[in-house]
Amino acid sequence: MLRLDGMETGYGAVKVLRGLSLTVESGEIHCLLGRNGAGKTTTMKAITGLLPLWAGRIEMDGTDIGTLPAHQRARHGVGYIPQGRRLFTELTVAQNLEIGLMTRGSGREVRERALDLFPRLRERMHQRAQTLSGGEQQMLATARALCIEPKALLLDEPTEGLQPSMIEVIRSAIVRLRDQGVAILLVEQRIDAVLSVADRVTFIEAGHGRETRAAADLSAHHEVIDRYLGV
Amino acid sequence: MEIGPYLMLASLEGAVTAAVLALTAVGLSLVFGVMRVVNVAHGEFFMLGAVLAWWVATSLGGHPAIGFAAALIVAPVLVGLIAAAADMTILKRLEYDPERTIVATIGLLYIIQQITLMTYGPDARPVEPPFNTRLALPWVEWGESGPALYWPWGLGTTTYKLAVIGAAGVVLVGVWGLMTRTRIGLVMRATQLDREMAQAFGIPVERVYALVFGLGAALAALGAVLVVPIQQAHYLMGHDPLLLSFIVVIVGGLGSLPGTVVAAVLIGMSDGIISVFFTPTLAKILATLLVALVLVFRPQGLFGARPA
Repeated sequence: MLRLDGMETGYGAVKVLRGLSLTVESGEIHCLLGRNGAGKTTTMKAITGLLPLWAGRIEMDGTDIGTLPAHQRARHGVGYIPQGRRLFTELTVAQNLEIGLMTRGSGREVRERALDLFPRLRERMHQRAQTLSGGEQQMLATARALCIEPKALLLDEPTEGLQPSMIEVIRSAIVRLRDQGVAILLVEQRIDAVLSVADRVTFIEAGHGRETRAAADLSAHHEVIDRYLGV
Repeated sequence: MEIGPYLMLASLEGAVTAAVLALTAVGLSLVFGVMRVVNVAHGEFFMLGAVLAWWVATSLGGHPAIGFAAALIVAPVLVGLIAAAADMTILKRLEYDPERTIVATIGLLYIIQQITLMTYGPDARPVEPPFNTRLALPWVEWGESGPALYWPWGLGTTTYKLAVIGAAGVVLVGVWGLMTRTRIGLVMRATQLDREMAQAFGIPVERVYALVFGLGAALAALGAVLVVPIQQAHYLMGHDPLLLSFIVVIVGGLGSLPGTVVAAVLIGMSDGIISVFFTPTLAKILATLLVALVLVFRPQGLFGARPA
């Protein structure tokens, strides 16, 4: 379980998150929805420690990880799949996965399980990451994060720019991880994609968490979505 | 005597320069590649290696080989530790900001130089080579009965100079192996490619930086220990290696290790040859001209990747 409590952070002197609180249960897909600049990506960077926390707490299964440096948070089981994938482009597929395995000293069987989700990567093991197609790169970014055996997984627009068949592969992988008990925090722009996988949705506006709703509930009340996302 | 033997002699001298330069420049290139820090104090780490080698060799006494062997290990390790300490106390506090680290390493340059002047003094002092047998080298001459070998007067080298070339080659292969075949090398390359993602995957980037800065300085120090039996240790000896290392790193391509080695051989050999036939000053002028041409026609360096 990943619990954010009164989280505040920003860039330089500019405060972006102003007391964001939410809870991602284990085995839940929790989606962050909000307009551009609302603080979705900032939330993820603050959880991973790439942005310093100005105030508030981040708890992972009851342990406060908000005071730890970024590299130690990963060792507590925070997996991050950033926007734009950010692979180690000049390293091979195998080396990218190796870095994931090194994070928490995971064994080979962890890598095998990650590759079982994306068998296509097996044929590409010694290819450099930058030579993969967009979909394969997203698979690798996901597999790399799975190599740390995450307890919580942060996905920032995982289906951006992918073709429909590839979106389905990523989507079903996310659902399988949820069923295995991973706490998943998802940022996604496409409302239909959100409503089909998410369990709960938190609307974020100007750095505040405004409202948390069950996803099933939202399909019937589209006016809530329009209130936070409509132009 | 014809031109051939002279050319061979000049090439051998050039090869020694190239070997030492390759070690020094690879250190600079590693630091720039992984940390994006332009280390202006790199030449002072070179000088510190030479001075510490003299100190270790003279305080041990006994056969020159014992002192030299000890210096070969002690000097690079000490210089590496000093550099790592400088990284953790100075560069880390500047958050590795590109401009401020340049100013900081300029300051470091003068601090190291002046401390050396105050303690070691202004003299140039030699370190005895561990072995130094003179080798006469043959040249081919076409006489009446076909090609024949003869030993022109003055054409020769020493076993020590050949050993310097060999040792530099071994160390460079070692560095290459470290970067491409080991876990710590993988960690360094991942940090180089994406510092933030490296952190998000549990890599303690600050410790990697201290290690890389120490390793880079240790390579410069090692080059200096190898050259000090030929050149003598002096508190101002860091200038030329710094200038030439920058030239090599720019020509070879910033952050590219193979490019750095190739450029070191190119610059070192031509420096040796031009110095023998003309003057050392002309050699520096031509090297600087080469940098200018590379910057105009191939800004990413001979082996550097073109930025996307």
